[in-house]
Amino acid sequence: MLVLEGVKKSYLEANGDILPILDIDRFRVGQAEQMVLVGPSGCGKTTLLHIIAGIGRSDAGSIRIDNVEVSQLSEAGRDRYRAIKLGYVFQTFNLLPAFTALENVLLGMTFARGKKDSQRARQLLDRVGLGSRASHKPAAMSVGEQQRVAVARALANRPRLLLADEPTANVDPANQQLIIDLIRETCREEEITLLLVTHSTEVASQFDRVDRLEDVNRVVSKTAMKVS
Amino acid sequence: MSLFRIAWRSIQQRGLASFLTAVSMALGVMMVVAVLSVHGVVAKSFRNNSSLGYNQIVGAKGGKLQLTMNTVFYLSKPVENIPYEYYLEFVSATERQAGLRNTIRSEIHQAQWETLNILLGIDSNSGVPLAGLGSKIAGELFEARGQQLLDLDRGGRFGQFTAFAIPVCLGDYFGQFRVVGTTPDMFDKLRHGPASDQPFEFAAGRNFKHWSEEHGYFEAVVGASVAREMKVGVGDGFSPSHGDPEGARHGDQFRIVGVLEYSGTPNDRAAFINLEGFYLMDDHAKPIDVGEFDSLPDDAESSSAAEDDQPNHAEADPEFERLPVEQREVSAVLIRNTSDIIGMSMSNSINEGNDAQCVQPIREITVLFEEFVGPVQLALLVVTALICVVSGISILVSIYNSMSDRKHEIAVMRALGAGRSTVMTVILLESILLSLAGGTVGWTGGHALNMAASGEIEARTGVSVGFLSFAPPLENLDLWGLGPIIGLMSPELWLIPALILLAIIVGFLPALAAYQTDVAKSLGA
Repeated sequence: MLVLEGVKKSYLEANGDILPILDIDRFRVGQAEQMVLVGPSGCGKTTLLHIIAGIGRSDAGSIRIDNVEVSQLSEAGRDRYRAIKLGYVFQTFNLLPAFTALENVLLGMTFARGKKDSQRARQLLDRVGLGSRASHKPAAMSVGEQQRVAVARALANRPRLLLADEPTANVDPANQQLIIDLIRETCREEEITLLLVTHSTEVASQFDRVDRLEDVNRVVSKTAMKVS
Repeated sequence: MSLFRIAWRSIQQRGLASFLTAVSMALGVMMVVAVLSVHGVVAKSFRNNSSLGYNQIVGAKGGKLQLTMNTVFYLSKPVENIPYEYYLEFVSATERQAGLRNTIRSEIHQAQWETLNILLGIDSNSGVPLAGLGSKIAGELFEARGQQLLDLDRGGRFGQFTAFAIPVCLGDYFGQFRVVGTTPDMFDKLRHGPASDQPFEFAAGRNFKHWSEEHGYFEAVVGASVAREMKVGVGDGFSPSHGDPEGARHGDQFRIVGVLEYSGTPNDRAAFINLEGFYLMDDHAKPIDVGEFDSLPDDAESSSAAEDDQPNHAEADPEFERLPVEQREVSAVLIRNTSDIIGMSMSNSINEGNDAQCVQPIREITVLFEEFVGPVQLALLVVTALICVVSGISILVSIYNSMSDRKHEIAVMRALGAGRSTVMTVILLESILLSLAGGTVGWTGGHALNMAASGEIEARTGVSVGFLSFAPPLENLDLWGLGPIIGLMSPELWLIPALILLAIIVGFLPALAAYQTDVAKSLGA
């Protein structure tokens, strides 16, 4: 479903040096597969997700999702692909404070230019246990509740691939399991491929497939070798 | 959820800043609406008065505009007067002869005739046989000489070109309002309205008379605004003040016999008194050179012979005698010609002479409107439009300042699939909504102001203004050759595209900032 080949990414530092971030020879996730990518902070997890989501661009390589070469799409094409095919759960939730929980869920549908399915949005909020708080704004919700709204928003367009970037990092332990369960159950029911990035071994231990980023990203493995 | 709703939510999120920005726009638009309404009222009032009911004004030599302003609008002060005899040049032979009977010259001639009769009577009594025949011949000769001396044997020079000529005498005040000495023709013959076909109606009472048993020469009619503001009505009396609203009051009191309906003409704001009464007030008689009338007998001024010939009243006032023609002057004469071509010819003839000038008031008013009022209104419009632009810039500043805080929001929207053009559209919609919301409040406020002032506007101009009265098209405004387009519809309707255009212009910079937002960088922020 998701195939990365020869993906490279580096940044230009202020002093003119080139800082390599990603160097992935081959990475693959199967259709409806649920996997976890673990790695320490600063190892390029978020950059990798941004490149897969088309938010950032790689310097080289191929990124294919459902046989669509994302790296070859125009910016507008990537926007459209992101809106329709992708769901994204951010570490910091990124709910828009001016909008209610329901509107935040509907926001993703708006940009997908499809039918704005209020019923599905409400069902998703019910599913994450926030049906009664649909008209509440993020500021009136707890951190755990905000992340649950973010999960509902990411699933709103029935994406083919869900990217979750440390979804439980800022959530209390009681909510952590709830959120992971929600994500996994919904992805299973709707046959959504899940790529979850975390540094939590507790979360990672619940998945059948757990990849270490240093095994995938040659930049990290070289650094690790140097350190050792 | 529509992009409008997204934009509206952003506006709500920055509640106070958005409110203040919209208020600033509202004030700007309110001023524009007020200026446009004033323009509309002036234009409508001008149109209402562009058919004055007369086409020429004859008055003393001097400024044409001043004569027009003074006579048509009762503004400014009359420069000079013209002799009453000159006014008689615009009336028929009968009227002229009747007028000239009331001259000191006529009095002298009459006195001389009576003296001669007495002398002839003495001759007859002394037994001269042809005395009766001599008396008859002498009488005919004397009458012929009198005709020649008094210049009675012709009509007014311009009488045949004139449908009517109404004299007006200005200079006195009733409170702040001008007093106009005139004849009953002012309301009997003069018409108003766009087609000059509407007679002046009386809300109460009747037109004043040349002479009435009840009030003699001292009857008056007041305009609707005068009656309202001076709190007077039929049966009340007033004494005009001389030369100035604060001037000394004349001793003579005029009795109000009629109150005019609102006509939307300057007549609403004037008090009209009988011309004969006007002349009889203190200081209204023109001083005369006594030497000119050396043979004036002692009782000449008190002769009532001429009054018997007056067309409008047959009875003498026991208390007052009419002022002789030599001592009369008029400020102006309102003339309606029998045809426009004849009017032009008559005007040229008058202007070639040294006695008076003839002006076409419509031409003067048009020149005034186009060369003075129009540019002033344009300047006001430009100033208020600039206020709107400044308000627009406040929208720019408000949104632009919020952009640094909103980069994260925009990045989230982009991450959810919004394209660059979508977030740009959201920012532009925000600017347009603020502008239109402010504009709507401003328009409503401007029209509410109009409605609040409608009574006063109607009283002062005769133009009725309602809440939904739109300013008329700016027909005289030809900006960049766009006159025909500008004149198509009310300028208030142009406000909508103008505000949207302004909003797009001022919203462009923040929209561009949204367009250029680096998503990956801003998401990490």
